[in-house]
Amino acid sequence: MTNPQMVMYEEEFNQIQAIVDRLVREANAQVVFIIDKNGQLIASAGETDQLDTTSLASLTAGNIAATGGIAKLLRENEFAAQFHEGEKSNVHIQLVGNRVILVVIFGHNTTLGLVRLRVKKASEQLNAIFEALLAKVQDPAHETPFAEITDDDIDNLFND
Amino acid sequence: MSFINYLSREINCKIVYYGPGLCGKTTNLQYIYNKTNPDAKGKMISLATETERTLFFDFLPLALGEIRGFKTRFHLYTVPGQVFYDASRKLILKGVDGVVFVADSQIARMEANIESMENLRTNLAEQGYSLDKLPYVIQYNKRDMPSIAPVEELRNLLNPQGVPDFEAIAKDGDGVFDTLKAIAKLVLTELKRGGAGG
Repeated sequence: MTNPQMVMYEEEFNQIQAIVDRLVREANAQVVFIIDKNGQLIASAGETDQLDTTSLASLTAGNIAATGGIAKLLRENEFAAQFHEGEKSNVHIQLVGNRVILVVIFGHNTTLGLVRLRVKKASEQLNAIFEALLAKVQDPAHETPFAEITDDDIDNLFND
Repeated sequence: MSFINYLSREINCKIVYYGPGLCGKTTNLQYIYNKTNPDAKGKMISLATETERTLFFDFLPLALGEIRGFKTRFHLYTVPGQVFYDASRKLILKGVDGVVFVADSQIARMEANIESMENLRTNLAEQGYSLDKLPYVIQYNKRDMPSIAPVEELRNLLNPQGVPDFEAIAKDGDGVFDTLKAIAKLVLTELKRGGAGG
């Protein structure tokens, strides 16, 4: 099939987490999160306690998919960035390497310019990590831990 | 495309409910949502029109328990069934791990069922998937309606390949969890074979 499986290991996760933690600080943002294009949350930083990150991830991915659909109709490759302006918070959404989505939620104590500047730097670093991660997953030596699953394991999941 | 997170020891899979307009896709998700333990589910999101027709998608995250120390999470999506929302349907199929086709058992909806199934095949092919290789089950919904086709006839028309199929009355919950369990099992079995999304 067309899409390679998304897999996350501790080493890469720590690198990604360090970047989002730094982005929250350097951009003066409220929340930063990274999701894959299918709506799965990969990493988050900042004031996430009050947020339904699962729903946000799914809706953002839907938003990016719809925007990608519009781009295709206009014969554009993609619209890499989006900005939503609210009364209290704003959202900056950036497509990284056409693979993952970097979302920054920020308030009035920072500026869109600063956010964009920091996002640009973080995107480049994230892109390199995801490139490496993808190469690792596609390596024929890579094995799924699920090869060991038995039919009984699967059945047991559904025993009420 | 499932997502395996070794750090949080989670496996996330995407299941899409497909079918013609008003066949009961959203009703399936609503029943699952209402009957699931609050610990095991997230918020259900419905992007619908003012007349409660699905505009973009419904979304329900569900935790099914652990398997070999990995938490299994399923993200359930529906597509908008109405014919003119085809562009949105294509988007929702991206990264799908398993498909539930919800058919409307009413005789008057046979053409709509067939059209929707052909549309599913076409849209999957555009994403590089084949319905014959993807975990896939069929649900014959609305078995309580007056003018319905016999299951044998529905099977001949919609399920010549003999994938698991279920009769259902989604509004009362009949067959809803049987369908969900069947697709979840197929997705996990595919994952075991190392084929999911790979």
